Amino acid sequence: MQDLIRRYGTGLTAVFCLLVAFWIIVLVILPNFAMFEQSFRPYLPVVDIGGPKDFYSLANYGKIFDNGFETTILGIPVTMPIHIKTFLDTVFYSAVVTFLTLIFAYPLAYFLAKVAHPKSIPTLLLLLFIPMWVSEALRAFAWYIILTFNGPLNALLKALGIIDQGIRWQNGVFTSYDAIVIVLTYCYVLFMLFPIYTAITSLDTNQIEAAEDLGSPWWRTHWRVVIPHAKPGIASGCVMVFMLSAGSLLVPTVVGSTKANWFPQTIYTWFNDALDWNTGAAYSMIFLLVCIVFVILAMRVFKVKLSDIAK
Amino acid sequence: MSAGIELENVCCDFGTFRAVDNANVSIKPGEFFSFLGPSGCGKTTILRMVSGFIEPTEGAIKIGGKDVKGTRPNQRPTALIFQNLALFPLMPIWENIAFGLEVRGVDKATRRKKADDLLKLVDLPGAADKMVSQLSGGQKQRVAIARALAVEPSVMLLDEPLSALDLKLRQHMRAELRAIQKRTGVTFIYITHDQGEALAMSDRVGVMSQGRIQQIAVPRDIYDNPVNGFVASFVGENNIFEGDVGPVSAGMAGLSSPHGAFRARIAPEAQGKALKLYVRPEHTTLSKTAAAENSVEMEVTEVAFEGAFISVHGVAAGGKRLSAEVKNDGITVVPGVGEKVFASFDAARALLLPDANVRA
Repeated sequence: MQDLIRRYGTGLTAVFCLLVAFWIIVLVILPNFAMFEQSFRPYLPVVDIGGPKDFYSLANYGKIFDNGFETTILGIPVTMPIHIKTFLDTVFYSAVVTFLTLIFAYPLAYFLAKVAHPKSIPTLLLLLFIPMWVSEALRAFAWYIILTFNGPLNALLKALGIIDQGIRWQNGVFTSYDAIVIVLTYCYVLFMLFPIYTAITSLDTNQIEAAEDLGSPWWRTHWRVVIPHAKPGIASGCVMVFMLSAGSLLVPTVVGSTKANWFPQTIYTWFNDALDWNTGAAYSMIFLLVCIVFVILAMRVFKVKLSDIAK
Repeated sequence: MSAGIELENVCCDFGTFRAVDNANVSIKPGEFFSFLGPSGCGKTTILRMVSGFIEPTEGAIKIGGKDVKGTRPNQRPTALIFQNLALFPLMPIWENIAFGLEVRGVDKATRRKKADDLLKLVDLPGAADKMVSQLSGGQKQRVAIARALAVEPSVMLLDEPLSALDLKLRQHMRAELRAIQKRTGVTFIYITHDQGEALAMSDRVGVMSQGRIQQIAVPRDIYDNPVNGFVASFVGENNIFEGDVGPVSAGMAGLSSPHGAFRARIAPEAQGKALKLYVRPEHTTLSKTAAAENSVEMEVTEVAFEGAFISVHGVAAGGKRLSAEVKNDGITVVPGVGEKVFASFDAARALLLPDANVRA
């Protein structure tokens, strides 16, 4: 603080502090707190708000356990509340999306950082960026068209003789979440690419050469030298892609089938269709909390520190 | 097992730039061979060609008699020590050293033992579990050497590994490297731009300039009998006289220059070329009266005390700068600034040399 005042003067320092305080308090803490508070109150007609029926309870949180239905997990039949099922699917397929983006982004990031000629990097980055200039909604619709039954993807696969019958991608080939996973992977792959690219760029190329010189095959060089160095980048990419995927509303709405529900859609339904903001808030809180716990657990498993991600 | 290395007519082009031009060297097994030259002379390119990171455009490289064309660095019996060492900062020291063994599928207990043994060899016991960042520059140096030795290479390639160290440590590591090389018997190829390093450590030195090897010889010959002006200037100071070379007799020739007539040694292969006379400052003596031959009068402009010797700089007729080194033995009289003295040298100590061997 002293340092800031000395460097920028009292006036400018005050402006900095006020802006940061405004951002954190007004834009982050207050809305979340309002939602947190709302989530414990019942959904009431306006006349009853503040009356005897308006008291704090966990009833909204309990609703997630309503409406059990028959389903299967890994082939084992179970009875499970439908929102819990949606919730678990969302977390699981977000993790799948995260994994897929990592698989695509890592080799590309390595190529950009260490293989591509420095002169061609700006062009390559531009090519990667151009699709991102189009809004996410349009990109999702573009994929909706690509994946439709009489769409270009099926036409191409049929023309190449890979399939003879069109595939209903939106219903899913492997799971009913195929289309969502494909489009989310496409939408968020750059959020994985750039942190990894930045991390690998900072790796001394001599280390890669030293490993090779000591007899290391390419995969071991990556496993022992490049990936450990890029781990903070991989971790921050994973956190970003996971949170963005799990929180995506638009993509599942556009390309999802009736069998593929995404938890943000459930929350949206509470807010927008049921107009029950209190239960919606409770669901949001659960979702936020569990996602944070999931990320922290994943970081523990992969031995990544929070300070690594902040780099 | 150490192996010899042959470079046969090796050329390396980067686009239109020829980095290495027709290099021919035969390095014996167990030899300590240095490539010496200024930056950009192609010495690092030679090293990278031997280690396999660059393929020669023309010519052949043989390691232990076998042509290594097309062999990747991880398949060659060489180990490279990088200029910045390139240790793996995320592995503890012992894993760094044992990395080459890990690659070869050696089990963990054996790897650990080998790493401990090598740490003893490089005089760094007890550092096994430290991280790279906890070591000093000299210690990192030793770890890099141990890591390279762990794979039992036939040839060690060292790319200016001492350049980042301070003077005292550098001198210590010179002796250390030399000792390790003698102990292990591995062929060392050492790259440096520091002539002191090359001369002090090597069995033989190859001096390079502009992609060409100028001279390959034992250190003493490089210094005392350089083949051209570039080698003479790169490994030490010189007083240089230009002029017309007279007839040769018994390996000596005269040179008539604006500063007088001189006599100096001339190599048979140098005859007929444009030559200059080179004589080292430490072979130049100062006196009040002119010597019988090879004497130039100069006015002293600067006297620099260097400790073991005193460097006397002066200007002769026509602004010609000359220098002489006077031994600090307490006997020799050192002239003062402004004094007029004669700088003389022995004809046997002076050489008539052509310029560097470069592409036209």
